[in-house]
Amino acid sequence: MADLAQSHVSSGPGGEAHGETRRDFLVLTAAAVGAVGAAVTIWPFIDSLNPAKDTLALSTTEVDLSPVQVGQRLTVAWRGKPIFIDHRTPQEIKAAQEVDVSSLRDPQPDSARVKKTDWLVIVGVCTHLGCIPLGNKDGDPRGPYGGWFCPCHGSIYDTSGRIRQGPAPLNLVVPPYDFTSATAIKIG
Amino acid sequence: MTVPATTHRGPQSRILRWIDYRLPVVSFLEHELTGYPTPKNLSYWWNFGSLAGIILVIMIVSGIVLAMHYTPNADLAFDSVERIMRDVNYGWLIRYIHMNGASMFFLIVYIHLFRGLYYGSYKYPRELLWMLGVVILILMIATAFMGYVLPWGQMSYWAATVITNLFSAVPVVGQKIVSLLWGGFTVGNPTLNRFFSLHYLLPFIIVAVVGLHLIALHQHGSNNPLGIDHRGPQDTIPFHPYYTIKDLFGLSVFLLLFAFFVFYDPNAFVSADNYIPANPMVTPNHIVPEWYLLPYYAILRSITFDFLGIPSKLLGVIMSLGSLVLLFFVPWLDTSRVRSARFRPIYRLISWLLPLDVIALGYVGSQPPAGFVVTLGQIATFYYYFHFLVLMPLVGKLERPRPLPISIGEAVLGTGTAAERT
Amino acid sequence: MLKPFLAASALTAALALAVPALAQEEAPSPPHQAWSFEGIFGTYDLAAAQRGFQIYKEVCSNCHAVKHLYYRDTEDLGYTEDQIKAFAAQFKVTDGPNDEGQMFERPARPSDRFVAPFPNDQAARVANNGALPPDLSLIVKAREGGPDYVYGILTGFVNPPAGVKVPDGMYYNEYFPGHFIKMPPPLSDGQVTYTDGTKATVPQMAHDVVTFLSWAAEPNLDQRHQMGLKVFLFLIVAAGLFYAAKRKIWARVH
Repeated sequence: MADLAQSHVSSGPGGEAHGETRRDFLVLTAAAVGAVGAAVTIWPFIDSLNPAKDTLALSTTEVDLSPVQVGQRLTVAWRGKPIFIDHRTPQEIKAAQEVDVSSLRDPQPDSARVKKTDWLVIVGVCTHLGCIPLGNKDGDPRGPYGGWFCPCHGSIYDTSGRIRQGPAPLNLVVPPYDFTSATAIKIG
Repeated sequence: MTVPATTHRGPQSRILRWIDYRLPVVSFLEHELTGYPTPKNLSYWWNFGSLAGIILVIMIVSGIVLAMHYTPNADLAFDSVERIMRDVNYGWLIRYIHMNGASMFFLIVYIHLFRGLYYGSYKYPRELLWMLGVVILILMIATAFMGYVLPWGQMSYWAATVITNLFSAVPVVGQKIVSLLWGGFTVGNPTLNRFFSLHYLLPFIIVAVVGLHLIALHQHGSNNPLGIDHRGPQDTIPFHPYYTIKDLFGLSVFLLLFAFFVFYDPNAFVSADNYIPANPMVTPNHIVPEWYLLPYYAILRSITFDFLGIPSKLLGVIMSLGSLVLLFFVPWLDTSRVRSARFRPIYRLISWLLPLDVIALGYVGSQPPAGFVVTLGQIATFYYYFHFLVLMPLVGKLERPRPLPISIGEAVLGTGTAAERT
Repeated sequence: MLKPFLAASALTAALALAVPALAQEEAPSPPHQAWSFEGIFGTYDLAAAQRGFQIYKEVCSNCHAVKHLYYRDTEDLGYTEDQIKAFAAQFKVTDGPNDEGQMFERPARPSDRFVAPFPNDQAARVANNGALPPDLSLIVKAREGGPDYVYGILTGFVNPPAGVKVPDGMYYNEYFPGHFIKMPPPLSDGQVTYTDGTKATVPQMAHDVVTFLSWAAEPNLDQRHQMGLKVFLFLIVAAGLFYAAKRKIWARVH
C-alpha cells in the first residue's frame, strides 16, 4: 500500500498533502480492517482440522484388570495408541525400586510412575521415534532389564518403563489414569 | 488533470528484484494488475467478474476443508455430512458457506453474463473471451450438479437419477451411456464415488479456464458502459488502486448478502427433502433441482411432443442443452455494429425481457408440470430461442442506434456528445 | 450505482422465496407459531427444550430414534455431566467383539449415540403395523414448514369431516399430506408430569417437543446467530470504510 501514496505524490501539484494524509489514513484503516477480517475468517477453517467433538468424547478408556494374572501383561488401546499394562511380579517391583535414580538418563523413581506398585500402566510408544516396543506379548524379547525392547533402533526399557540403553531420550510415558475400583482403571 | 495510465517502476527491494529477474512475478503483477489500463467509466456492473473469482476461491477452500471430513460412500455420506454439521469444529459454518456459496456463485455469474449481453462485451474482439465464459458456466453447472449429489439425501439421489437418465434419450447407445455413468444398474455407490472425484477435479479445470478468460480479457482490456474503445491514457486509469478499492467495496457489500444467508437463512435455497437420507425405494413427491438449474429443467420438461420423428424426451434434452450451446453463438447472432445497449433504444428494452423470461422459466421449473405451468413453460422456452435466433439478428439490423460519444474521456467529463448515465 | 447490488438481492430473494414454495395441495399449510429461535436474534428456550426432551424420552422414544444425537449433546440443553452419565447408563448398547469373539451388552456412555428403540427398519415396521416411524434428529429440517409443520401434525389430530372414511389402522390429521397418517395421536392432556411444574396440555407439549426437535436438528443455531451478528457489524463497518476510501481515491478522477 506504500507505493499507492508515492505514485500520487509524484503526479499531483503541491497543496495536496493534507488530502493525501486523510486519504492515506482512510486507506490504511480500510486495509487494516480488511486484514483483520481475513485473519478472523481463516481461523474457523484451521480450527476445523482440530479433533472434532466425537473424537474428543472418546478420550477415555476403561479397563477391567481382574483377568490379568500376576506376571501377565495386557495391551489396550487408548486414543488410538497402545497402552501396556503390567501386573508386576515381586521380583520386577524390587528390581524397579532398587535402581539408583541418579544414574538414569531420565531420572524418575518407580514410586513416581505407579499408583499401586503391582500395576504398571505406560504408553507403549518408544520415545525415540515412535515404534511400539516388544515385551508385552508372550515370547517377546524383553531386553536385559526384563522390561521392554524396541526393535527399531534398540532402545531398552526396565520394569518401570524407564530408558536404560539405546537412543530414546525419555522414559515411556505414564498416561493419566485412576483406579475406579480395586480391579479396574480408567485411562484419560 | 490526467492520471498516468501506468506506473512502471519495477520491483522496489533487492530481494524482489532477485526473484523477478529469475521468475517475473513482480513485474507480471505490476503490468497486469497495478498498472493495467482500465476504462475510467466502469460502473458497478463491472464488479461481478472479480466477485466471481473470489467466490470461486471461497468454494475451493471450503470444499477442500469439507473433503477432509466427508466420506464418499453411499452408506456413510449422509452421516458424514451430519458429523460435519454437529461435531467438526465450525463444520456447520464451512458447510453452510459451501452450500450457499454455490448459489451466490451462480447469482454472480448470471449477473456477469447479463452485463455482457447488455453492453455487447461479447462483440469483436472479445468473442473468445465470451465463449470461454460460456465454457466456465457449463463446467460450473456440471460441478454443482455433482456436488449436490454428494450429501446423498433424497433430492441428491433422485436428481442424479433423473438427470443421468436423460442420457438414455441418445439414440442407439443411450442406455449404455447411462450404465457407464452409473457404474451399475442404478445410481449407487460407484456413481457417488466418481461424482466425488470429478467434483473435486472440475473446479481446478474451471480455474484453468478462468486463467484463459483473463488472458483473453487482458489482450484488449475491459469493455465499458459506453461500448466504445479507449483511445489512450486519457480514457483509462490504472487498475490499482482505483478498481482494487472499488472491487473491495463491492466485495464487502456482496459479503453482507452472503453472510445473511449463511448465518440467518442457510437453508433458503435447499429442498427440505434433502435432509432425508436417500431411499432408492421412495421417490419424493416433487423432484426439484437447485434454483440455478431450474430454467434448463423447465425447458427440458416443456417439450411434450414429438417433432420431425425426434422423440419428445430427446428433443427436450437437445433444447435444454441447446439453451447453453446457443450462448456460444451470441457474438455472431447479434448483428449490431454498436456494442452497448445504452445506444440501442430497441435492444435496450428487449434485453430486459431475457432475464424476465429466465425467471419465468425458473418458476415453471419449480412447479409440478400441470395446467397453465406447462403452457407458460412452452411460451417461455419459445421466447428464449426467439430472443437469440430472431430478435438479436433482426434488431441489430433494423434499429437506428443513437450517436456514440467521441471518447470515454470526454464522455466522462461531459464535454463530448451527451451521454446519459445508464 | 448500487442498483446492480439491489438487483442482485431482489433477484435472490425472489428466487429463494419462489423455489421452496411447492404447493402443498394435498393438505393445508399449518398456521405459523411463535418460536423462540426464529428471526435473526432467535435462541433456543432451554427450559422448553428440556421439557421437550422429557416428552421425547417418555413418549416419542418408544417408536422414534434420534440417531444423530449423542448423549453428550444434551449438555447444550443445560444438563450436567453426572446427569448425562446417569441418563445414558439406563440404556444398553451392543459392543464387541470381546477377546472371546463375542458381542456383549454394556450400559451406554455419554460418548454413545442415543440408543434406537428398534435394531433396524424391518423390526420397526413389524412393531408399527408396517409403518416406519421416521428418525427425528432432522425431522424439523426435513419437512416443508419446519417447526410449524411438526407442531401442526402433533396438534392436528381431529375428527374427519362428514362423509370421509378413514382407512383401518390410520388416523385423520389436518396437516399431514393426504390427511391419513399411520401414527396414532401421540399426545394427550396431562400425559406427562413436567419436572418444572408447567401444565402439560397438548399445545404446550407439542410446543416444547418441537423446540427440542428443532434444537436436535440444528444444535448450532445460537452460535450461528451470535457469530452472524458480529460478522454483520464488522462487514457494515468494513463496507463503510471501503466506500469512504473508494470515494477518496476516486476524487482525482471524478
